[in-house]
Amino acid sequence: MEPTNTEAPDYFHKVVDCQWACPAHTPVPEYIRLIAEGRYSDAYMINWKSNVFPGILGRTCDRPCEPACRRGRVEDQPVAICRLKRVAADNKDDIRGRLPRPARIKNGKRVVMVGCGPASLAVARDLAPFGYDITIIDQDPKPGGMIRSQIPRFRLPESIIDEEVGYITDLGMTLRQGERVDSLKALLDEGYDAVFVGSGAPRGRELSIPGRQEAAAHIHIGIDWLSSVSFGHTDKIGRRVIVLGGGNTAMDCCRTSRRLGGDDVKVIVRSGFEEMKASPWEKEDAMHEDIPILNYLVPKEFTHENGRLTGVTFEKVHAVYDAKGRRDLVPTGEPDQHFECDDVLVAVGQENAFPWIERDIGLEFDKWDMPVVNEITMGSTHPKVFFGGDSAFGPKNIIWAVAHAHQAAISIHKLLSGEDVDDRPPPGVTLASQKMGIHEWSYDNDISNDARRRVPLRDKAEALSNVKLEVELGFDVKLAFQEAQRCLNCDVQTVFSTPLCIECDACVDICPVDCITFTSDGEEAELRERLKVPARNLTQDLYVSTELPTGRVMVKDEDVCLHCGLCAERCPTGAWDMQKFLLSVTQVEDICASRKMAAE
Amino acid sequence: MTYITKPRLHHPLLAPNALGFTRRDYEGKVSTLCAGCGHDSISAAIIQAAYELDLPPHRLAKLSGIGCSSKTPDYFLGNSHGFNAVHGRMPSVLTGASLANRELIYLGVSGDGDSASIGLGQFAHSVRRGVNMTYIVENNGVYGLTKGQFSATSDPGSKSKRGVVNHDQAIDLVGLALQLGASFVARSFSGDKDQLTPLIKAAISHKGAAFIDVISPCVQFNNHVGSTKSFDYVREHNAALNRLDFIEPREEITVDYAPGEVEIVRQHDGSILKLRKLSAEYDPTDRISAMGHLQLHQARGEVVTGLLYVDPDAKDLHDHLGTVQKPLNQLGDAELIPGPAALAAINDSLR
Ligand SMILES: Cc1cc2nc3c(=O)[nH]c(=O)nc-3n(C[C@H](O)[C@H](O)[C@H](O)COP(=O)(O)OP(=O)(O)OC[C@H]3O[C@@H](n4cnc5c(N)ncnc54)[C@H](O)[C@@H]3O)c2cc1C
Ligand SMILES: Cc1ncc(C[n+]2csc(CCOP(=O)(O)OP(=O)(O)O)c2C)c(N)n1
Ligand code: SF4
Ligand code: SF4
Ligand code: SF4
Ligand SMILES: [Mg+2]
Repeated sequence: MEPTNTEAPDYFHKVVDCQWACPAHTPVPEYIRLIAEGRYSDAYMINWKSNVFPGILGRTCDRPCEPACRRGRVEDQPVAICRLKRVAADNKDDIRGRLPRPARIKNGKRVVMVGCGPASLAVARDLAPFGYDITIIDQDPKPGGMIRSQIPRFRLPESIIDEEVGYITDLGMTLRQGERVDSLKALLDEGYDAVFVGSGAPRGRELSIPGRQEAAAHIHIGIDWLSSVSFGHTDKIGRRVIVLGGGNTAMDCCRTSRRLGGDDVKVIVRSGFEEMKASPWEKEDAMHEDIPILNYLVPKEFTHENGRLTGVTFEKVHAVYDAKGRRDLVPTGEPDQHFECDDVLVAVGQENAFPWIERDIGLEFDKWDMPVVNEITMGSTHPKVFFGGDSAFGPKNIIWAVAHAHQAAISIHKLLSGEDVDDRPPPGVTLASQKMGIHEWSYDNDISNDARRRVPLRDKAEALSNVKLEVELGFDVKLAFQEAQRCLNCDVQTVFSTPLCIECDACVDICPVDCITFTSDGEEAELRERLKVPARNLTQDLYVSTELPTGRVMVKDEDVCLHCGLCAERCPTGAWDMQKFLLSVTQVEDICASRKMAAE
Repeated sequence: MTYITKPRLHHPLLAPNALGFTRRDYEGKVSTLCAGCGHDSISAAIIQAAYELDLPPHRLAKLSGIGCSSKTPDYFLGNSHGFNAVHGRMPSVLTGASLANRELIYLGVSGDGDSASIGLGQFAHSVRRGVNMTYIVENNGVYGLTKGQFSATSDPGSKSKRGVVNHDQAIDLVGLALQLGASFVARSFSGDKDQLTPLIKAAISHKGAAFIDVISPCVQFNNHVGSTKSFDYVREHNAALNRLDFIEPREEITVDYAPGEVEIVRQHDGSILKLRKLSAEYDPTDRISAMGHLQLHQARGEVVTGLLYVDPDAKDLHDHLGTVQKPLNQLGDAELIPGPAALAAINDSLR
């Protein structure tokens, strides 16, 4: 194999599984260590820089980092990364003094954003401190987008939204809430220098089956219903509720129903339980609140009497897989099943809708009627118009909206500074030895054997009594410390130096997880099988040295390295060293800071 | 040395052996030796061998004397029996233990100081008596524990770390073992586990006195230019006789070699030693020619490694003495006090 080039920024970045998986590349282990040290404000600020909404995300993030977490490969459960983030937010001091200040001088460039969800807010945060004149137009009464309109208060208290949205709006910008944008052309004609479209995917998919019209009064589109609950227009629902759909909207609908008078609430899905779109923990939370989830039932008809909904009839199906592994839902032939209910919430999907974007202004749409958006720059085919969040590539989540926003902000900044938008800044990377003494490291390398901690919950009866009462109580400081200690510090990299190695095997012998092998070189596929334990996780790289004096090479399988540093402690020559790799995605702030330094 | 304990977590693909133990289950406490010490690699090879042999840990006793090498039994087979004897006195304790309970597997672990200097007599007698044991000397040419004085295996002409030249003749433990009648004799190198691990497995399965001299560089006091026990020196002068594949009795042997390239030796327990020859004329079952080969190549400055000699049908001390099969502590009154009739019979036989 080619010797590994550890200089390529992606190599060590991939080893930090959580950071690599996080769309915004939050330096997770860095903030987890700070939490363990009790430095909550510092941990918060690291998050705030990367993901803008630590308190919100610490309660609601889809957490792509957790399935990626290395700890989940060496034992049952990953580190509770998301809920540790919340600990930083809950326990921080007043950090307002550490936030950027509103720009003293405006730079004369006007940027407008459509929609005031996380995507637009994050673009605004990145740009406002540097003098941009920002206007955000949103049809809802308050800023926050779906964070405020959709995510139920029992998962995310409004005070947290107010706080973190406030940190951004305090940077100085014009909010035009309660105003709908009906024409992009008209907006462009107002002479803005750039437009950011952060309008989300605001339309709930319909379920057009017999009875829909007749029983309409008690059939609600999930996201519209949730938003009317959030804004206080709806405060009750029938006793018997059926929620149709298996995504996170369905989970929020059923749990909200339980708090608004529904005491017989069911979720009914077409697919199998396992394939539901909702995350495992969302399903768990729903079931914990006595909500059964019935699967393989396809809704056929809403039944009604005198214009009043009486229930839903379902066809029973089962999954059949073809040769290519594609699934088909085929009727089982059993008799249809009827469930009685008073209300139905339809949560079968979300769609984009751009009726307000004219199709003749140079902004191209594809065959699915979605705007053509560049995945790196977030630019559309109109030079002044950028997209991000759910409006760009369909419904995703908050952390993706934030990741898009950072890139869109860079693009807007570059465009308005007369620079090439396609020329992207590389990430900031540092690599530094953590050696403090012969067997002392700057990080705690003693691996905790503890299992994942559960987040304490409010008593169920109390939680169900009020839709605004937060269910999760969050980790206390002690639990947080114990959970933080489970992190393996994957950013503290094992760095190998061929000229120093005397091939004594000490590192091979001590490694608790058999990462290291000295062997003859070979092609990757074959080499992987020849290692001390075969390296069968192909998503994880092999670290291969240049040739050693015996003609062999050092091969390290990164897969399950615990970053315990024992290889480096055992190495008599310092051929292994533990070095902290810190990668920060470049943001507008960093571009401006480096430019300022260059000018001075 | 390391202050944290080795993490319990292990590779999820780490395979269990027939007893359901992974290799990690055969480990001991974390080593306190210097980073890079050859002795730690030998411990790793012993762990690997015990795991591969599916040894029930409680069936093995590890005995040692004094020295860094003699400390190592603390770092492997943490669930086996152990005895740390006085300096150089491990062989007598092992002999006694073996006589008292022949059902255990005995592993003697010693150093060149422990066995060739202070314990030379003890070493010699345990070998010549044919005690059923595996005797490993972790040979670094110095007294590591007492800070690097030359030991009795230091080669004449080799230099200490501070530049002092050794003038005394070296004791060659392998040559001695051959002369004293050891029925399994091998030499290996801590830096070559592929060679060492099968040798340990074969020695453990061997009935009789099995001796392995393992050259084990002391990174702290004897790994410099001028040393004949350094990583570089051994790698440059290594003259391997053969590569051993150890095949357990229950395994199938596959014949995938050309005649003349491989020698097959079947041991008393049915295990098979498959020796891929690296030195054409070498016959590992001929003691006299083994001694000659060793002398010749050692005189040329080569370090001869591999399986030097094996007598697959050797007898051991118990055979010679006709001892009872049962461990002594399991003998009941009936066996221990046979009664006046038995006494009379003995007396009669002496008349
Ligand atoms: C029920 C539900 C629960 C969810 N739970 C989670 C969760 O727990 N975690 C998570 O990460 N994500 C969750 N999501 C997804 C998440 O809310 C979105 O991915 C995210 O808010 C998208 O951000 P955005 O900025 O792109 O758009 P949005 O947050 O959708 O904001 C768009 C805003 O633009 C406004 N708007 C649209 N068109 C116009 C127009 N023409 N004129 C003026 N204003 C307009 C909308 O009213 C809205 O306020 C959930 C979604 C739903 C529906
Ligand atoms: C009776 C007695 N004499 C001397 C010593 C001091 N002493 C301790 S270890 C040792 C030498 C050990 O050398 P070796 O067996 O080669 O072990 P190594 O440390 O090199 O592995 C000596 C002389 C002792 N402990 N007991
Ligand atoms: S163990 Fe820690 S650093 Fe490693 S992937 Fe998990 S959270 Fe990230
Ligand atoms: S840090 Fe070194 S010793 Fe520890 S698991 Fe990784 S490779 Fe093995
Ligand atoms: S411990 Fe150090 S010198 Fe020894 S093999 Fe490993 S890297 Fe090489
Ligand atoms: Mg010694």
